[in-house]
Amino acid sequence: MSRLAKGGQIDRSQSVPFSFDGRTLIGHAGDTLASALIANDVKLVARSFKYHRPRGILTAGSEEPNALVGIGTGDQIAPNVRATMQEVYRGLAAHSQNHLGPLAYDLLAVNDLMAPFFGAGFYYKTFMWPKAFWEKIYEPLIRRAAGIGALSGVEDRAAYDKAFAFCDVLVIGAGPAGLMAALVAAKGGADVILVDEDFRMGGRLNADMQEVGGKPGADWAADTVADLAAMDNVRLMPRTTITGAYDGGTFGALQRVSHHIARPGADLPLETFWRIVAKRAILAGGALERPIVFPDNDRPGIMLASGLRSYVNRFAATPGQAVSLFTNNDNAHQTARDLQAAGVRIAAVIDSRADAKISGDFPVLTGASVIATKGRKALRGITVQTASGIRNIETDCLAVSGGWNPSVHLTCHMNGKPVWREDIAAFVPSDGAIPGMIVAGAAGGDFSTHAALKTGAGAAKAVLKDLFGKAPRITLPKAEDAPGAMTPFWHVSGGRGRAWLDLANDVTTKDVVLAHRENFRSVEHLKRYTTLGMAPDQGKLSNLGALAIMAELTGQTIPETGTTIFRPPYTPVAIGALGAHGKHKGFAPERFIPSDALAREQGARFVEAGLWYRPSWFPAGGETHWRQSCDREVNMVRSSVGLCDVTTLGKIDIQGPDAAEFLDRVYANMFSTLKVGRVRYGLMLREDGMVMDDGTSARFSDTHFVMTTTTAAAGQVMTHLDFCAQVLWPELDVQFISVTEQWAQFAVAGPRSREVLAGLCDTAITDEAFPYMSCGEVSIGAVRGRLFRISFSGEHAYEIAVPARYGDALARTLDGAAKALGGGWYGMEALNVLRLEKGFITHAEIHGRVTADDIGMGRMVSAKKDCVGKVMSQRPGLSGPEREQLVALKPVGAVKQFGGGAHLFNEGAPQVRENDQGYVTSHCFSPTLGHPIALAFVKNGHARIGEHIRMKDYMRDIETICEICPPVHLDPEGGKLRG
Amino acid sequence: MRYSALGVFWHGLTGNKGWKPVWRNPDPKPHYDVVIIGGGGHGLSTAYYLAERYGIRNVAVLEKGYLGSGSIGRNTTIVRANYMLEGNSQFYSHSLKLWENLEAELNYNVMHSQRGQVMLGHSDGQMDMLARRGNMMRMQGDDAVLWGREDVRKHLPYIDHENARFPVYGGLMHWRGGTARHDAVAWGYARGADMRGVDLIQNCEVTGIRVEGGVVRGVDTTRGHIGAGKVALTAAGRSSQVAAMAGLRLPIESHVLQAFVTEGLKPVIPHVVSFGMGHFYISQSDKGGLVFGGDLDMYNSYAQRGNLPMVEHVAEAGMALMPMIGKAKMLRSWGGVMDMSMDGSPIIDKTDIAGLFLNCGWCYGGFKAVPGSGDAFAHLIASGNHHPAADKFLLSRFRTGHVIDETGNGATPNLH
Amino acid sequence: MRITCPICGDRDLREFHYRGAAKLMHRPAPDAGDEAFYDYVHIRENPPGLNRELWFHELGCRAWLVAERDVTSHEFKSVELAAEAKRGAK
Repeated sequence: MSRLAKGGQIDRSQSVPFSFDGRTLIGHAGDTLASALIANDVKLVARSFKYHRPRGILTAGSEEPNALVGIGTGDQIAPNVRATMQEVYRGLAAHSQNHLGPLAYDLLAVNDLMAPFFGAGFYYKTFMWPKAFWEKIYEPLIRRAAGIGALSGVEDRAAYDKAFAFCDVLVIGAGPAGLMAALVAAKGGADVILVDEDFRMGGRLNADMQEVGGKPGADWAADTVADLAAMDNVRLMPRTTITGAYDGGTFGALQRVSHHIARPGADLPLETFWRIVAKRAILAGGALERPIVFPDNDRPGIMLASGLRSYVNRFAATPGQAVSLFTNNDNAHQTARDLQAAGVRIAAVIDSRADAKISGDFPVLTGASVIATKGRKALRGITVQTASGIRNIETDCLAVSGGWNPSVHLTCHMNGKPVWREDIAAFVPSDGAIPGMIVAGAAGGDFSTHAALKTGAGAAKAVLKDLFGKAPRITLPKAEDAPGAMTPFWHVSGGRGRAWLDLANDVTTKDVVLAHRENFRSVEHLKRYTTLGMAPDQGKLSNLGALAIMAELTGQTIPETGTTIFRPPYTPVAIGALGAHGKHKGFAPERFIPSDALAREQGARFVEAGLWYRPSWFPAGGETHWRQSCDREVNMVRSSVGLCDVTTLGKIDIQGPDAAEFLDRVYANMFSTLKVGRVRYGLMLREDGMVMDDGTSARFSDTHFVMTTTTAAAGQVMTHLDFCAQVLWPELDVQFISVTEQWAQFAVAGPRSREVLAGLCDTAITDEAFPYMSCGEVSIGAVRGRLFRISFSGEHAYEIAVPARYGDALARTLDGAAKALGGGWYGMEALNVLRLEKGFITHAEIHGRVTADDIGMGRMVSAKKDCVGKVMSQRPGLSGPEREQLVALKPVGAVKQFGGGAHLFNEGAPQVRENDQGYVTSHCFSPTLGHPIALAFVKNGHARIGEHIRMKDYMRDIETICEICPPVHLDPEGGKLRG
Repeated sequence: MRYSALGVFWHGLTGNKGWKPVWRNPDPKPHYDVVIIGGGGHGLSTAYYLAERYGIRNVAVLEKGYLGSGSIGRNTTIVRANYMLEGNSQFYSHSLKLWENLEAELNYNVMHSQRGQVMLGHSDGQMDMLARRGNMMRMQGDDAVLWGREDVRKHLPYIDHENARFPVYGGLMHWRGGTARHDAVAWGYARGADMRGVDLIQNCEVTGIRVEGGVVRGVDTTRGHIGAGKVALTAAGRSSQVAAMAGLRLPIESHVLQAFVTEGLKPVIPHVVSFGMGHFYISQSDKGGLVFGGDLDMYNSYAQRGNLPMVEHVAEAGMALMPMIGKAKMLRSWGGVMDMSMDGSPIIDKTDIAGLFLNCGWCYGGFKAVPGSGDAFAHLIASGNHHPAADKFLLSRFRTGHVIDETGNGATPNLH
Repeated sequence: MRITCPICGDRDLREFHYRGAAKLMHRPAPDAGDEAFYDYVHIRENPPGLNRELWFHELGCRAWLVAERDVTSHEFKSVELAAEAKRGAK
């Protein structure tokens, strides 16, 4: 058992059973999965990405490249969870990843034997022959071997949430610098958010044995956190990672809300993705210890010294019983002393510096380096080269420390490039890399605890002065002020075996050498060629080492060689969290028509129309196929009366002395001449001359119009009108507002439509009072409404509108009246047939590539006035016989079906693109005509009425001859409309 | 040196010490027959085809950063020929045919994977639009199959077939569509061009284009003046700026498009899948990362980075379409700068300045176009005539109205 | 990204719709000719520094705005109401 007898910040009174690969183990509250595994003597936890090398736990933080596990059960296992970040809870089920057969006997480890042939970029040079083998053999083999964890392919049933937060000061990281910054900022009266990715705030103070303010660092941290928690102007967010820095002081943050809870309540999300908007930010994210690279440095049992200290000091678990250290700095010597204090034997301290000054009751080898290691599934020993020769040392844990890299990652997110600091041999954030952000503590290269406290306080004071003009006086707690000497030492040259740089992606020093040899020498080429830094840790531990090696090879300095830019997110974020609420119906708002309830009562089948749900058809007794319902509904409209909820049409109320002038400018045709009480069809163009939308506008007074748009373009038209009124012609005195939601509107169509309305309205509905294309106000009982005599079916028809709150009542009233006359509701399918029989267009036809001329409305573009799009519509390419023009098609002979999207060819011409004559936009079976009909665009179509043309639909395997005819099949003179 | 499986084996046995540099690092010469501005996919492929097909080898490619530092290394690697309109249809069809022989031609494995690309439809109207597109593809000689609901359910069992806000009606499957390893395309062409004598000059930024009497004479660079008989612009993302050096004004805006990749996962998404009701498309790389993307951030940008609203929208759309990806963790996001043209289609054309050629406006179709674009541009530079597969990509089309507007959104670049 | 709407104050990017270069404010006269409209509709200077551009507070007060923004850093220098800018320009 590797659990130490005492110490640590775990609750020994709470034993927590959990499982790893089905084996039940016991941890304590306060353990991470990693610390609990270490306490249970588990060394081998994963297999590596490419070569399936046995791997153990390397770190105690989110930068962990090895110990990625699956967490959960059944089809809800979360892949690639860092064991170092996962808290243990009762019943936690963890699974190792990326092996074929048991973890200890992974069959895919055979890849490791092939390593000489699997160097960087080897796949670019082979697998090319024979060609057909790539998709069938080579690629599937590569794909199966790659990847780490797995998705089940079944829906992620976890709940995720999103939230916004706002603050004066966002403090990122709750180590000594962050705690001090938060404390000072809060005392200065700022609204503070303090985030830390750990579940326990304190940072390195929890893991290192040192005093702050005369007490153990961990106690000072706990007391400070308690002080902050008591302040109203502070929000503490543990288990929260700032994932990215974005424009305008916006930060993304992932809060792991219930990953640590065995049975979270139903109201708790698994994770919440925050958008934190901060006036100022203080980055106190600390630094990451970097490894030294040496042969076979990836064995389970080899870890970073900082990780080792965390496990021993914070979690009271030792990864080894005879621990050795390999270091280039003083910092690691403290580790040795800590371990000894905890009762762990130190096998040796190997310091690369010949002049290292070391004290301690353990063997020390200076000017030495580790040149080999042994132990496949767990470290058994190391070989050390010293000035006096080679020594073998038995050890089951080797802690490595190559110095520290400040956490510059967030400061790169807005294109900031870190700058090199020779004294610490590391990159530090460049000034002003993120507007409004100050860096404090180790993140800025100030490594001592005293410096962290001081720069944290200083950053907070600077922010307070900036925001409020003053800052409080504070006294810093006393703390250690020895940053520790360090001499850069990146990697051990020579030796047998591969030396691993990027453990997560299995990139070795040999790969860097090969990249150099092949002239992939720029940092980005190195990264892309070797895949270094592209793995789950984004190269946090490996980038600098690789740069150093490349610098040696090219004879340049490290900063000359370059830096790699870190991209968001800081640590990986579940798509489920970023896409919270996107699942199922949450993806987009649902809009329901006023008669929705009635339609559902009547068994209507619904269809999505943009965001709206509209009845598609209303099955009546015995009807089993939509066509039966549709045909009946069409016949009903043509013979008696049909009702349709058309509330979805965009409705825009336009008022003002210049309303008519405004409409003249936005419509292609004239509206200033429209008489009060009349309605006119209008065609709207975009400035490039193409048709934007069509609809009607009704004039209720000299200064008041009501415009309707299509359902599809309602939003676009409204935005366009706002643009025209505010940006182009602010001098016009016109006001308008969308009233789509305010008015419920129903089409009442058919020869008996007037009878339905006559019993309803208190006004006489006569041809004199309401001729075709007229409008007026009517009363339906006590409700004031509007009546429009317009038609989208070709029948004598009206649209009646009432304030939306009366929509359901009016729908039910109309329903009764229509049914008494043998009428009823019709849905979108019938609506489509009715409009196609009459040759009316929708956005299937005006799809953004057609002109007024193309759809036979060229003459509507008024010659007497300017309008949006008029000049550009006259470009030479937009007229003439090469244009595809709107026509209808009818079958020649017995044709069962047309195909939407089918293309058209001259008879006898090969059916290839060069002979394309056009395409079908809409089609239906017309029960009125007894055969299929279609609308189509045909080259020079207006001049080809009566010609035969061949329709070919490769997609549905339909081919037939059609006759080109005018779009209007029914009542071309419009007698029905007026009668 | 020639690459082969045997070579990989032999060099492996000898410690991989025998590999040679993939390209040289030449200093610029005083004068070239053709100077290409921009060492991305289009510039490198143009150089390769100039040398290989047209025998023009006194060519320099000038790159201000490292080879392949622009959109060629920032895209979502999709290769397809599924366009609806004449002009695009024949061009991308031509380009796909070049892709299909690229590895043999370049002796470089760009991992072109024809795993199939499907666009999903969510209404009858969308299905008709997909049918129109699919028919055009077939008329062009390419492949397309219209899938019904059951086909989608069979091939994509993991998408939300039960509770989707916008149910899937079907899809248009293009089996020859797929992906390729983006960087490898740049490297393969670079190696091919270098082997044929083209000078690839990195860290060399063009600061001016010299024009005398309406004829181009050369370019000024951070590494001095370089004379040129012809100058070719392939600097997508920065086209407006480079063209402005010669006094040209373009129908282009620069926009940022973000893309995303998850941590490595075992194979779960075999095809390339596009959502029809939100901005989301996805495929899985050979390394196991889910590579996905969506729409532009919408605002003009040269920053190669974006903001959260589109990140979140893309993730929401992903969850709407295939909620099984919820536990996959996004590892990295990045942004590329797109030349967004006024009709969403590219420009490959001569200019009013003799010897100055323009290749720009690729919007976000640039990656799959790389072979076709290089071939067509080389043809134009070498012969002065438009390649038949690219003869609709004229700059004058915006004046005449012969625009190629696949989305039908008009002169609004961010909506294409 | 945050935009300070002159009417609503500091708001998140997602409330806004982007239209592009502010040259669209200056629609040519109806008789200005084809070339003027070609330039207006299609040609963009697209400089890599400070741009004047049109934004629409679509999910807010629905005001069209003219903003000065550096498209390399994304930093806004100014935001004003398009209608006022247009009137002022006359």
